[in-house]
Amino acid sequence: MTKLTSLSDAISTHIEDGDLIYAAGFTHLIPFAAGHEIIRQNFRNLVLARATPDLIYDQMVAAGCARKVIWSYMGNPGVGSLRIIRGAVERGDLEWEEYSHYGMITRLQAGASGLPFLPMNQVGVQDLEQVNPLIKRIPDPYGGKDVIVVPALNPDVAIVHVQRADENGNAHLWGIIGEQKEAAFAAKKVILTAEEIVDESVIRSDPNRTIIPDIIVDAVCHVPFACHPSYAQGYYDRDNEFYLEWDKVSASADAVNAWLEKWVFRINDRSEYERNLGEATINRLKVKPLMSKSINYGDY
Amino acid sequence: MKPLSELNYSPAELMIINASRLLRDGDVVFVGVGQPNLACNLAKRTHAPNLVMIYEAGVIGAEPGRLPLSIGDPTLVSGALSVVSMYDIFTNYLQRGNVDVGFMGGAQIDKYGNINATVIGDYAHPKVRLPGSGGSQEIAAWASRCYIMAPHQKRRFPQKVDFMTSAGFLNGRKERTDIEMRGEGILAVVTDIGILEPDKSGEMILTQLHPGKTYQDAKDNTGWKLKSSEKVSSTNQLTDKELDILRRELDPTGTYLN
Repeated sequence: MTKLTSLSDAISTHIEDGDLIYAAGFTHLIPFAAGHEIIRQNFRNLVLARATPDLIYDQMVAAGCARKVIWSYMGNPGVGSLRIIRGAVERGDLEWEEYSHYGMITRLQAGASGLPFLPMNQVGVQDLEQVNPLIKRIPDPYGGKDVIVVPALNPDVAIVHVQRADENGNAHLWGIIGEQKEAAFAAKKVILTAEEIVDESVIRSDPNRTIIPDIIVDAVCHVPFACHPSYAQGYYDRDNEFYLEWDKVSASADAVNAWLEKWVFRINDRSEYERNLGEATINRLKVKPLMSKSINYGDY
Repeated sequence: MKPLSELNYSPAELMIINASRLLRDGDVVFVGVGQPNLACNLAKRTHAPNLVMIYEAGVIGAEPGRLPLSIGDPTLVSGALSVVSMYDIFTNYLQRGNVDVGFMGGAQIDKYGNINATVIGDYAHPKVRLPGSGGSQEIAAWASRCYIMAPHQKRRFPQKVDFMTSAGFLNGRKERTDIEMRGEGILAVVTDIGILEPDKSGEMILTQLHPGKTYQDAKDNTGWKLKSSEKVSSTNQLTDKELDILRRELDPTGTYLN
């Protein structure tokens, strides 16, 4: 059954104020278009979880969408601080909850597996354990050393961007696959955005590349260029200049408000955003093809 | 023409080149973006051609065609040996014991090599909120050998860190040994003055000085009473070849060299 819908309908149908959202993607395939749509629709009191909040959550916190952020590395990757989230935390204006990367994705893996929690080996330091009561240590029932456990994370909604999907939500993604699969299986609902919508036969031609199956997907949206300033492997490059520019913009509340006004509130959808970026930027982010060698599945 | 090594070099170049010399051929290295990435790529182009670079984003055997600007740069993926999920990288690769070397950085490094990348001041009411652990808590625990690169500054090297993000030798080597963690711990801190290494108790002491630097320089820039080994040796001069690869091939715009 087709789940194709507009991004704006997908967001208004499946997200509610106060939801726990996981917009997935470790540096790669970050669903900025969906984040901007959430800002435009003026959602409030969201709990925003991501291993790396990245600029997308900095922008959503700046727009007043969040009451709490959950992270394992709160920085502007390759640049420095996430000034909005950092400032809000330092002023005491924002709740937060923190893990290491491994702790964060273990929470998702437990959630995706239908388990209440999962164990990890000890790491020597105990400071994070002391400030986050959800990180606990329990005896190994088989007589080994104590293990550290974290509870399952089951987001209300996971948002995942992929290179290509069919209209039912079977999705191919490649390049850095971070925690997309775990987030999607852990969540109660999944919104998929895709660079390309392809025929089911394309998906069936390479089933090993299907990371997310249609049975867990609630909405499929065709949103090319959805990741800018992040990137989609093979489609366009990361806009590092924007990551540097956000460091300057986010230093002043006026500049942030002006940016949100220009690039989110006054824009209807992603295609308008892409047009406004202009040809020079789009061309700068183009990438030369490098094709994989095809494989033989065999005609049985 | 004057050889490059007689020209001025930056503190960053001094640290990167000395860190690269700590890597052994065949090492599997957990690489960070920036200076550690340069140190690893330099080692691969000089004495360690079989170095395997892996990144916490899930990339194994990366051979970046350009300078990666983030830990998840697409250049790490194209031409890599394998790309796996983050859960796989932290379990099958790191926790299982398949990583030889980890490179660490941090806002504070204390007398026992413990690292703070989380907060300056009180955790609940932070004076300066830093990014947090990322992958470092587990890398410091489970990579066989860990190295730190950091400019030698008193505020960066306090007696005790405000928050222990990643383990060095905790409150002394015995504490780490008793937990029986997989990794040996922080085996060297490469600074722009010299190299610190752990003594029997796990305390970081000065064992090597870069050309032209003195024990007094190191003491003046350390927040605890810095001891030294009986004999403090001198690190080898940077070579033309090392500087040339760094400046011309790996980071021609000098993003991480100045």
